[in-house]
Amino acid sequence: MGKLYLELIRIRFLTLLAYRVNYYSGIIIYAINIGAYYFLWGAIYGGQQQLGGLSVEQMTAYVAIAWMSRAFYFNNIDMEMAQEVREGKVAIEMIRPYNYLSVKTAQAFGEGIFRMLFFAAPGIFLISLFIPFQFPSTPEAWGMYLLSLMFAFVINTQLNLLTGLVTFFLFRNDGMMRAKRVVVDLLSGLVLPISFFPGWAQTLMGYLPFQAINYYPSVIFTGAIPASRAWQMIGFQAIWVAVILIPIFVLWRRAQTKLVVQGG
Amino acid sequence: MIQVNHLQKEFRIHQARAGLGGAFRDLFSREYKTVKAVDDLSFSVEEGEMFALIGENGAGKSTTIKMLTGILNPSGGEIVINGFVPQKQREDYVRSIGVVFGQRSQLWWDLSPLESFRLLKSVYKVEEHEGQRWLDRLIEELDIGSFVSQPVRKLSLGQRMRCEVAAALIHKPRLLFLDEPTVGLDVLVKQKIREFLRNLNDTEHMTILLTTHDVTDIEALCKRVLVMDKGKLIFDGLLENLKEKWGNGTEVAFQFKKRTSAEELRTVLGELPCEIIRENDFALRVKVSRSQEMLPFVLSTVMASFDISDVKIMEASTEDIVRNIYSTDSEVVSHG
Repeated sequence: MGKLYLELIRIRFLTLLAYRVNYYSGIIIYAINIGAYYFLWGAIYGGQQQLGGLSVEQMTAYVAIAWMSRAFYFNNIDMEMAQEVREGKVAIEMIRPYNYLSVKTAQAFGEGIFRMLFFAAPGIFLISLFIPFQFPSTPEAWGMYLLSLMFAFVINTQLNLLTGLVTFFLFRNDGMMRAKRVVVDLLSGLVLPISFFPGWAQTLMGYLPFQAINYYPSVIFTGAIPASRAWQMIGFQAIWVAVILIPIFVLWRRAQTKLVVQGG
Repeated sequence: MIQVNHLQKEFRIHQARAGLGGAFRDLFSREYKTVKAVDDLSFSVEEGEMFALIGENGAGKSTTIKMLTGILNPSGGEIVINGFVPQKQREDYVRSIGVVFGQRSQLWWDLSPLESFRLLKSVYKVEEHEGQRWLDRLIEELDIGSFVSQPVRKLSLGQRMRCEVAAALIHKPRLLFLDEPTVGLDVLVKQKIREFLRNLNDTEHMTILLTTHDVTDIEALCKRVLVMDKGKLIFDGLLENLKEKWGNGTEVAFQFKKRTSAEELRTVLGELPCEIIRENDFALRVKVSRSQEMLPFVLSTVMASFDISDVKIMEASTEDIVRNIYSTDSEVVSHG
């Protein structure tokens, strides 16, 4: 079983290498985003030392790492699933002896690793040359960040699987997938750290899984919170992973019986 | 090997109302129409058989194949293949089958077929050494060695199709489904694929089911034919019988050395129910309806009684037969 998933990850890797231009343009887009947020936050801070519990240095580190984390956890498997359902390619997936959703997850993981190695890692190195940037100082802090990032990937992928599965019932749900993307970027703390939201919004977002996708790993990386709080966050992430599995199972069950292969 | 009993598949199709007002009303209440794509289908297949499922577009062939391969859930009836119920034990079941969809590719578009084969080998957990030998044989027999390491998007349709067949067989399935495998291929490629399939059926005793519109496929490959029309099975039997049932009979044209009249020929043939058509003084045609039983008798009797310079047997081609079936109203056909 493990061998299959390694192969899937490898294949996704090769596929991404086949489209190098996409890869270069991706780097530019991320660089522009990070640069823009860096100057924006510089202006917002002005002369102040601390805002929302973060210093200027922590804030720049947060912005950079938030985008770099996104490079790892972000994927388009819901769009891919939608396309496969729309074009009837899902038939090919169903004649293979594997679980469609696990395979999609493995592909997403291959994509994540690709972007982390060729994209986030060199990117963060480049950024650290230009802006003052602090890496976690202890191996423990690195470990917590990577663990939390892994959970972030799983949760984001689960949400993608959910929206992707909806296509089995609606055949077209581009709008929903786009909305989901914006909601995830906003509520996960990519655009604005969660501690900057008003109190009531923070309480509300405590009941939603989105901040586990970006805010948790990024804030752990900056070292702005004590280790005990960091472990608590990782615990929350684990709970969310388990909770979101339930609707996925239910939907997948029903999707298989309802499947319609379109186009002959 | 394959057992299908009273298989049914219904689709609920949304009927869009006409016009802008209709579209607006559709937002709130939708009208559906139930369509029976497959209606009470029953048949069984032995191991090692090679047979074709034919029918017009929309006759339910593809739906049937999709249910047999475990992709679609039947609305009713049951399927048991290789001892599995496809819908219930999908992941175990699909290990024992191979599927080629003529209209869809199962190779990875941006990668070479070789990479796809490699991935499929781990999908099916193929044993390394044995699997490689088998793959080498597939590559050789399908003659795809020269382009198997180019990206799929750079292959021609014929090249790709041969790779598709290899991909479907990578795990040496006992049962192979081919859904219109020769659509759009040139004669040479068709021939190559057919030869390969026949060989596979001979040497590996593999059961092969194909759907097709190409009558030459059936003639070259299959003894047994199933004909579907409007979701119903209207014929299940040997190709020869199909010809007798819907063919216009067989004609034998005799060229005589001496002047011969139709009456002389009739006396020789006696009471045999046949039609004798006179072409000229030296040529007569005999038309019989059930060729299997009557043809040998006609030939031997005529040859023994007259001096014959030439004989031509003109059999109704399968193509004509298929055209006959398709153009006949299904009601008439099912009672005829």
